Amino acid sequence: MNMSKSLAAVSALAVALGLAVMPAQAARTDISVGMVLEPPNLDPTGGAAAAIDEVVYANIFQGLTRFNSDGEVVPDLARSWDISEDGLTYTFHLQDGVTFHDGSAFDAEDVKFSLDRARGENSTNAQKALFAEIAEVEIVDPQTVKVTLSEPNGSFLFNMAWGDAVIVAPETADNNATNPVGTGPFKFGDWVKGDHVDLTKYADYWGEPAKLDKVTFKFISDPTAAFASVMAGDVDAFPNFPAPENLQQFEADPRFSVIVGSTEGETILAMNNKKPPLDNIKVRQAIGHAIDRQSIIDGAMFGYGTPIGTHFAPHNPAYVDLTEQSAYDPALAQELLKEAGVSELTLSLKLPPPSYARRGGEIIAAQLKEAGINTEITNLEWAQWLQEVFKDKNFDLTVISHTEPLDIGIYARDDYYFQYADPEFKKIMEELNDTTDPDKRTELLQAAQKKIADDAVNVYLFQLAKTGVANAKIEGLWENSPTQANDMTQIYWED
Amino acid sequence: MTLYLLRRLLALMLTLIAASIVVFLVTEIIPGDPASFMMGINADPQAVAALRSELGLDQPLVTRYLAWVIGMVQGDFGLSYTYKVPVSELVGDRILISLPLTLYALLLSTLIAFPAGVVAAARRNTAADFAVIGATQLGVAIPNFWFAMLLVLAFAVNLQWFSAGGFPGWDAGFLEAMKALTLPAIALALPQASILARVMRSSLLDTLDEDFVRTARAKGLTRSQTLWRHALRNALIPVLTIVGLQFSFLLAGGIIIENVFYLPGLGRLVFQAITQRDLIVVRSVIILLVFAVVAVTFLVDIAYAVADPRLRRRAR
Repeated sequence: MNMSKSLAAVSALAVALGLAVMPAQAARTDISVGMVLEPPNLDPTGGAAAAIDEVVYANIFQGLTRFNSDGEVVPDLARSWDISEDGLTYTFHLQDGVTFHDGSAFDAEDVKFSLDRARGENSTNAQKALFAEIAEVEIVDPQTVKVTLSEPNGSFLFNMAWGDAVIVAPETADNNATNPVGTGPFKFGDWVKGDHVDLTKYADYWGEPAKLDKVTFKFISDPTAAFASVMAGDVDAFPNFPAPENLQQFEADPRFSVIVGSTEGETILAMNNKKPPLDNIKVRQAIGHAIDRQSIIDGAMFGYGTPIGTHFAPHNPAYVDLTEQSAYDPALAQELLKEAGVSELTLSLKLPPPSYARRGGEIIAAQLKEAGINTEITNLEWAQWLQEVFKDKNFDLTVISHTEPLDIGIYARDDYYFQYADPEFKKIMEELNDTTDPDKRTELLQAAQKKIADDAVNVYLFQLAKTGVANAKIEGLWENSPTQANDMTQIYWED
Repeated sequence: MTLYLLRRLLALMLTLIAASIVVFLVTEIIPGDPASFMMGINADPQAVAALRSELGLDQPLVTRYLAWVIGMVQGDFGLSYTYKVPVSELVGDRILISLPLTLYALLLSTLIAFPAGVVAAARRNTAADFAVIGATQLGVAIPNFWFAMLLVLAFAVNLQWFSAGGFPGWDAGFLEAMKALTLPAIALALPQASILARVMRSSLLDTLDEDFVRTARAKGLTRSQTLWRHALRNALIPVLTIVGLQFSFLLAGGIIIENVFYLPGLGRLVFQAITQRDLIVVRSVIILLVFAVVAVTFLVDIAYAVADPRLRRRAR
């Protein structure tokens, strides 16, 4: 018996094992959504993994406020609020008739518990800073909560919209990692570890009920496998599709629609601002002028991405386009290096695993070489990167995407990995925190953007695109990604 | 035989203790902190410190080693840092995929390799022999992940007979689950079957040249009678060795195939745990695998004795 005969026999056996062909269905009410990473657990208040929010945000858990698909902050569990004149007191009026998935009622107690837990001493909330200004949370009556801040914070309602600020119940909070109980339109169904998480529609939901009965999140990390899973129909939508090289093929296929939008991911070439010769602004400016953003976008991201000139999302109304300030000019780069008195420069370039970093890093190295700067590339896995670059600050250059919304505030942090913490910039941020007037806030945000561009803290490369693929009959998917989420509440199948 | 068993058992214990120390130290040395990994780059340093003490990472080295070993002796493998569920539960889930997949692949591989090897040896230097040699050469040379992708393209993307991957869980029914494991098992089995067939063939050829085979022929047995009654059983020892090695290899080594078919198996669990610095999972799974390998080697030793009476006598 030769090999091909036996293989034929085996596949014939497999056929005999039973193969169901999917019957054609009208207006399905279930969906299978592909995700690259599996969440480590399902508690958004106890870890930073984006995959947690990609499953639970808006689906299982809700906060006082939430982001809508445009990134706007809108009421959620708080139906309205009053802000005192001095900007220190927020009185939230809560929605009526809200229940947790275990049937217990939601009220002001739960809000107080959740906020106090997140800001408490033993809190393991990854975004604890969101709650830093809260001085006191008081229960006025079961439907009203008064939050007092120690100092005004114009971003407070924005902060409360994050996945890390969702409201949990005291009775179930400790088990949310494996059995999340929230107030959203979907409740947790089942989790086959390593394969999928099922959510089902919550019948007693307080708001507009979801149109789908069942949502399955499937975890597929390999780009080739992701491609095959969509082609084979195992996955109906893949909102963050990991293989941009295949998107054109999907675009040409009428069965699928390709959804390209923007994320909150500012992708930067970060520089160690305290490590000579990078402590010299001329050297940092030289590196900026040596980089051609568009060719990185074309080469590493297959053309998907928007060039940025500062650490700010271009879709934000307060964005200032400062790309010209550090435009591609290798001759100027060499001149700046000469002025700085630097020659024979060799810098370390440490790259984390995502393809924007690995592929982008290679192109950046080639561009820097053109300008006379040598680089030594080291590929690191995430945990190593966090240790060497982020914690020990043992690096010259690295490529990384900062994916949190409106995170320009990291430039004010002492001891942050790129080591900027400029007093003038910190002052702008303090002023921003004290300001609630929208126009004044925009002005300050723009001043902050200009300040870090003037100081050439990092090279701001591009805004990471959200590239998704979905069955053409699915409606209601988010185009942009104002926060890391797969909001399933508005999704339905066309007949 | 009892003394032999006791000696093997002692060796097994010592191997496990040595392995536990090596595994613990190696995972301790690799750079990267589980708490920082979980909290990400926007995290508050205070919250990271709180998590470190919650996970017990601020305890001294020896204390943590002893706590881990004592826990394992009592059947408690610890709590996964990232998944926050007992490691035994995680491993249990994965074993339910990896073990059936391994057995399925091993079964396919033996079903292909035995007849192929026997036919090739019995019809030495004929067209059938050359066909087996050629096909197995190809089977060894083709990378199994590439073959797996071809299977996906043909049977999942084009014909849509199978899912491109994933595992519905045993709750979905036996046939559904086996169906999900079929393409991966074929992909895993092909190179193993090729190796096995080649070993079967050469081992059988060696035995067919032995004096006792000539004697058997001389006393009037036909060629096939000699082959089945005398040669085959004697040729099995090297084949059994290979099957034992393949079992250990397939149990955790199928990670590439698990990735292609996004199957939640043991290999992927270890890989994921390493990248997430879920050290407790890494350690416990590796110790379990060491245990499995040692145990399989032990079983293979016993199988030798069954296949070859001379070994049985020597062991006594």
